[in-house]
Amino acid sequence: MASSPETVIKPDFGQARKHFIFTDEHEQLRESIRSFVIKELRPHAEEWEETTFPDWVFQRMGELGFLGLDKPEEYGGQGGDYYTSLVLAEEIGHARCGGLAMGVAVQTDMAMPPILLLGTEEQKQQWAAPAIRGEKILCLGITEPDAGSDVSGIKTRAVRDGDEWVINGSKTYITNGHRADVIVLVTKTDPDAGYDGFTLFLVPMDSPGVIREKRLEKLGMHASDTALLAFQDVRVPDGAVLGQVGKGFYHIMWELQGERLIGAAGCVAGAQLCFDQTLQYAKERTAFGRAIGTFQVTRHKFAEMATKIESARQMTYTTAWRVQNGEYPVREISMAKLHAARVACEVADECIQIHGGAGYMKEYGVERVWRDMRLNRIGAGTDEVMLEVIGRSYGL
Amino acid sequence: MATTPPFTEEHEALRESARGFIERELAPHAEQWERDGWFPNDAFAKLAGQGLLGLKYAERYGGQGGDDLHAAVLAEELARVGSGGTAAGLGAHMWIATPPIDRFGTDEQKERYLPPAIRGERIGALAITEPGAGSDVASLTTRAERVDGGFVVNGEKTYITNGVRADFLVTAVRTRPEGGHHGISFLIVDRSDAVVSAPLAKLGWHASDTATVAYQDAFVPEENLLGDLDEGFKLIMANFQWERLVMALGAVGAMRLAWERTAAFARERRTFGRPLAGHQVIRHRLVDLATSVHTCRCVTYDALRRYAAGEEPVAEVTMAKLVTQRASFELMDACLQVHGGAGYMREYWVERAARDARLGPIGGGTDEIMREILGGVLGL
Repeated sequence: MASSPETVIKPDFGQARKHFIFTDEHEQLRESIRSFVIKELRPHAEEWEETTFPDWVFQRMGELGFLGLDKPEEYGGQGGDYYTSLVLAEEIGHARCGGLAMGVAVQTDMAMPPILLLGTEEQKQQWAAPAIRGEKILCLGITEPDAGSDVSGIKTRAVRDGDEWVINGSKTYITNGHRADVIVLVTKTDPDAGYDGFTLFLVPMDSPGVIREKRLEKLGMHASDTALLAFQDVRVPDGAVLGQVGKGFYHIMWELQGERLIGAAGCVAGAQLCFDQTLQYAKERTAFGRAIGTFQVTRHKFAEMATKIESARQMTYTTAWRVQNGEYPVREISMAKLHAARVACEVADECIQIHGGAGYMKEYGVERVWRDMRLNRIGAGTDEVMLEVIGRSYGL
Repeated sequence: MATTPPFTEEHEALRESARGFIERELAPHAEQWERDGWFPNDAFAKLAGQGLLGLKYAERYGGQGGDDLHAAVLAEELARVGSGGTAAGLGAHMWIATPPIDRFGTDEQKERYLPPAIRGERIGALAITEPGAGSDVASLTTRAERVDGGFVVNGEKTYITNGVRADFLVTAVRTRPEGGHHGISFLIVDRSDAVVSAPLAKLGWHASDTATVAYQDAFVPEENLLGDLDEGFKLIMANFQWERLVMALGAVGAMRLAWERTAAFARERRTFGRPLAGHQVIRHRLVDLATSVHTCRCVTYDALRRYAAGEEPVAEVTMAKLVTQRASFELMDACLQVHGGAGYMREYWVERAARDARLGPIGGGTDEIMREILGGVLGL
């Protein structure tokens, strides 16, 4: 924007400016997702925190085309660019239900991309197309009770037996694990081959030997179902291999990049919503005869938060721009994920503090944001794993 | 083992027996009580049975005739229950509801309220905060109108620990309509149909029955006026020092426990072919946390020593409260992070510890209020 005598005198604090990566079409999409989320999802948020969100959310979002925004049209997707999935990740935050946003993200940005990138035509038709329609629910199985950050330490074994594979092992912290129709499963197929000994499988969740164990209780994300799963002599045909045998580790490392960047977008949006709500509160709540937001310390807290959110947003959008332009920017994605997750947790914590006693109460909803956001420094790779990836990228 | 001042060997003996009792009788139930959103009243009686409910009260009321340091030992060890809400409920009775009666009450009021409280038969709460008056205590609006033989109280209190179970509530009321610090008085309000409580759902402290309390034409007899009429602000200020010391001590106890557990986890859990503690970043983080525990302990013990010696160490107590509550939460958050995915699960103790610790920078005066007080004390 060129300066003029007028703009120099009166700075522009407008909220409506859109970022350069977004077009008018993105903004229309944003509007329509937001209005759907606020009208059809948000009214149930409280209830779903108790019960987990119902499967019809997938069907409804499928009908509306929201589960395949950036997916190819030949499988029922909308054929949009990468930014459209960013728009979804941001706007679904208006449900005020972190567990719901996570369940949907597992479908659209975690389990589905590997099927579309690596799958055979048959696999795409069998799983991706109905998932885009919201008729099938997907989950992704990486973490095990004894292997979290250390993905290479997983023990779930797939052993070839004729033209079948036999799978044994267990997976934990599996989002959508109880409701899913199929799991993208990371297994070890050759224990002696190091990083070249992993293979992905598409395992139908109704296969004999797939046991859905307990529903895990968590600090936050209560609306999502998180499962501990066991696989006991589960037999799948050769056609269930996803991608190349022995290349599963690299496949899943690729998958994690998309998951992390979309997670960063969710963090930025969640932090912004929490900021907005708290700003409103600070303008209305009075103490010592004035609105609490007008105390200098509180004003500076907002200034700090806004600056942090803006930095995380710019990192996320710029990295998304690289992705959209065909780069594979692992370092920048890791930085965006690390920074956005920290910012979201810091903002939620500060918002609790600004609310005082009210912030500690369920009624105001800030404590739920705080609990939900805390997962982002652990899930999809902990802060420490992000720091490892970034550090090693410099040859250290 | 050498003792750390201001504690003596006698205090350490008490510490050992209190800790043993808490670990045996209370801690095993913490999980259940958190789920229930309530710890049983029986817990008060159990503590009373050990002589722990009246450590610093006179023997003629059934107390142990000890001093602030004996009470401080228990305040620190109560963290070993492993349930912030349980420690808070027991503490609200011992540390904030009954001390104003002991300190400002008439002999007759002490006779009536202290013995059953020390036996754990009647439970107390302190009621100051209101929906429209939290940090800004002076703006409270619950009214007490003078009537024949006493007062009639109307208004609403919130965030009252023990608010549902309390048999009596030491309540701050406005007795003069003009605003400000003067015109606030304290009444001991016995539970009746005119005192209606409703529990609040919270981020943490789930075992505590934190509640809103509505007073609807509640009659309070003249003889339940605690301290001087219109001079209640003094009483609030007097008790704040002890309450904040107790919070600092509780944080120190909770931090120690959390560090011990997390260090044990880090020695056992293996990733990338070695124990977590074998990774330099984790090892250094645990070292920083141990240093934080030690720092908090030193700052708190110094404030406690001064307080017990009869100084009025407002600066030291306020600093201890400020530094320990933030440090305790940060330690819990770091411990949660060290646990990784497990840290996010209810199955492990650490997510609860983090939720419970988050109250610290809010309750008993927010961090911001602590800084305001210190600004004043430091002549700024």
